[in-house]
Amino acid sequence: MSVTPDLDRRTLLRRAAAAGLLVTPAAGLLSACAGSTPSQNDDSAGEKSNDNPFGVQDGSAVKVVIFNGGLGDAWAKEDQAIFNAKYPNVTVNMSSTQKIKTEEQPKMATQPSDVVMNSGADMMDISTLVNEGAIEPLDDLLAAPAWDSEGTVADTLLPGTVGDGTYQGKFFVVNVAYTVWGNWYNSVLFDKEGWTPPKTFDDFFALAPKIKAKGMAPYVYDAVHGYYPRWALMATVWKSAGKQAVIDIDNLKENAWRAEGVLPALEAWEKLVKDKLLLPGKLDHTQSQQAWLDGKAAFIQVGTWLKNEMAATIPPGFEMKISDYWGLGATDKAPNDVYAGAGEGIVVPAKAPNKAAAKEFLRAVLSKAGSAKFAELTKSLASTKGSGDNVQDAALASANELMKNASSDLISIKLWNFYADLDKESQNLSAELMAGRLTAAQFVDKMQAAADKVAQDSSITKQTRDA
Amino acid sequence: MRHGVARFVTGFLALPVGLYLFYVVWPFLQAAGYSLTDWGGYSDRQQFVGLDNYLRLFSDELIRKAFWHNVFFLITVPLFTIALALFLAFLLNVGGREDKAGIRGVFGSGLYKVIFFFPQVLSLVVIAVMWQQIYRADGQGLINGMLMKIGLVSEDDPITFMYDPEPFLGVPAVLWWLLLIAVWSGAGFYMVLFSAAMQSIPKDVYEAAILDGAGRFHTFFRITLPLLRDTVSVAWVYLGFIALDMYALVFVMTPSQGGPNHASEIFASVLNFTAFQKGQFGYACAMGVALAIFTILLAALQLRITRRERIEY
Repeated sequence: MSVTPDLDRRTLLRRAAAAGLLVTPAAGLLSACAGSTPSQNDDSAGEKSNDNPFGVQDGSAVKVVIFNGGLGDAWAKEDQAIFNAKYPNVTVNMSSTQKIKTEEQPKMATQPSDVVMNSGADMMDISTLVNEGAIEPLDDLLAAPAWDSEGTVADTLLPGTVGDGTYQGKFFVVNVAYTVWGNWYNSVLFDKEGWTPPKTFDDFFALAPKIKAKGMAPYVYDAVHGYYPRWALMATVWKSAGKQAVIDIDNLKENAWRAEGVLPALEAWEKLVKDKLLLPGKLDHTQSQQAWLDGKAAFIQVGTWLKNEMAATIPPGFEMKISDYWGLGATDKAPNDVYAGAGEGIVVPAKAPNKAAAKEFLRAVLSKAGSAKFAELTKSLASTKGSGDNVQDAALASANELMKNASSDLISIKLWNFYADLDKESQNLSAELMAGRLTAAQFVDKMQAAADKVAQDSSITKQTRDA
Repeated sequence: MRHGVARFVTGFLALPVGLYLFYVVWPFLQAAGYSLTDWGGYSDRQQFVGLDNYLRLFSDELIRKAFWHNVFFLITVPLFTIALALFLAFLLNVGGREDKAGIRGVFGSGLYKVIFFFPQVLSLVVIAVMWQQIYRADGQGLINGMLMKIGLVSEDDPITFMYDPEPFLGVPAVLWWLLLIAVWSGAGFYMVLFSAAMQSIPKDVYEAAILDGAGRFHTFFRITLPLLRDTVSVAWVYLGFIALDMYALVFVMTPSQGGPNHASEIFASVLNFTAFQKGQFGYACAMGVALAIFTILLAALQLRITRRERIEY
């Protein structure tokens, strides 16, 4: 055994102590309390021009955090390549995670990342971020010239994208994925059996016995995350009661949940549960999607990220297509409104050290080249116009088809982005309704009570929508 | 104390105490400070609001519900874990036949010790993920699958475990299923703890009792349990802390972290929602401080009640 003569126990201890002392002040910086003011970096030193509208500084670095969920993160690496082709001397430090809030929230008040894709189950509450002034308004990004096409960035976006990212009159969130929600089915199976996808609940209730006769459950849903069934419930509410009723609900108007058309929409769902048309068991999103792919159920409702999320396990001879959410029929006030919008939001923290590069990176994300890559890699539409034009995919094509037949109004619900309390309550109640422990009438009563409570709570900042 | 020793000891203690103060005590104090503000957690804006946050705790329905769920765990987790651990430790150490070599455990006790201790070496999250598969609420779950095979559970009506808020003995079923995991994962460690304590009880005490005609029942309740009193009391305090936490299990296992519909809400899950979802860090810190005070009081009370003179063998 060879022991270095100068490394005896005493020196070792001394060095360990020294190392500890060195680490301590560094940790002090990290755990600096939220009340302290971190030094302000001057990031706008670069020259601004039409080609470099935010004045990105050569040699600077930008930290990008991508949510690695249903859409994966391969598309973001393409955007990084596009960005670096123009700015070879700007370092892009990209990382991806599913734990956005866990990893990013602690840094928000002091040393945040520059670009944060705030999405998934572990996302930071948007209304809280806005109310706390923790994220940067991006109106200048909208007004900037588009990366590789005519006009401004705003001109390149699909309808609804600006609205979906706007809070309290300012544009805060760049939603990169254009998602269409609806009921999915296996078109190969439906063609073989001669079934047509239902348009209304009545159609569905007529078709259900035929599906059951084949030993299949008519419907399967995600019983773990309440926000999955909630999309479907609220889509039916919108179709049945109309746009204004949902706007009133979002604006916490008195007795908004008791408006005409709301209760019947929820009763259709209650009937679906009571008639035992659901696949038995309580599955989460991927488990239920897999059960659907395995042919255990005929319909599942989810957004257009489905194909990418399940890509590895789609059985041969399975052709997934999306159809519109079901309405109630003749009484519907907005039967042709489709649930679609820009989702998967990216934000720039207000304290981001390199905001110029962050905005420029977002401009690259919204470029024509970047959007085309996004659609190609994720089989989902990007929130810019024409991203899916060159992608050959039946699922994407069915979503395109659905959008073509849609009326000009898109279903969009703001409730859960406006108020964390109502987000939680509506998720819980949706899960309870689908579990058969709550009637439609009780759902309405409890949502109304929760909405009233938020309306009366002066500690909660109120938000409104006009359209 | 000899001259110089005090300085020597202080020299050694200064660094660890310093680190402890900085990394442990200081964050505690910070949390207590934030609990008097309306800090939201995402910015550097905060206002002093005095004891408002603490007053709010008393009128918060969700907190009250979570509190009673914590009390449920506080009673059941130590009770069942200690009972099971004592039972196992007794069997493994003195529960077997007596022969020439004296009192011993049941056959194969060495192997059982390893098996029962095994959950202790797994992280709680690993345990939770494993139990997700055991509890899976359709035919592919371990329990449901087996029960369906032998026809005890119908395919159309699987046991829903984590999704079952129906009360059993007045407590939502989901809490009982969580309790099972907590007891299963905790019993092994306390079995080893009690085993060690039992081995320090002289064998001749047992032999004398057996000569006098005492059965297993009497040797356990008249000799083992009284002589383990100190160890059991310490175990009770530890398990009390675990029961007041339970966060990892609830967070990983239950739908919407405390569901279904708040049926498994505990202090820590409400705290997490308030801080990170609602963005009310000040109020959440108040919850944390209240929980800390409650825990300290409980531990003090516990140790006070069970304090008595030591028995020397």
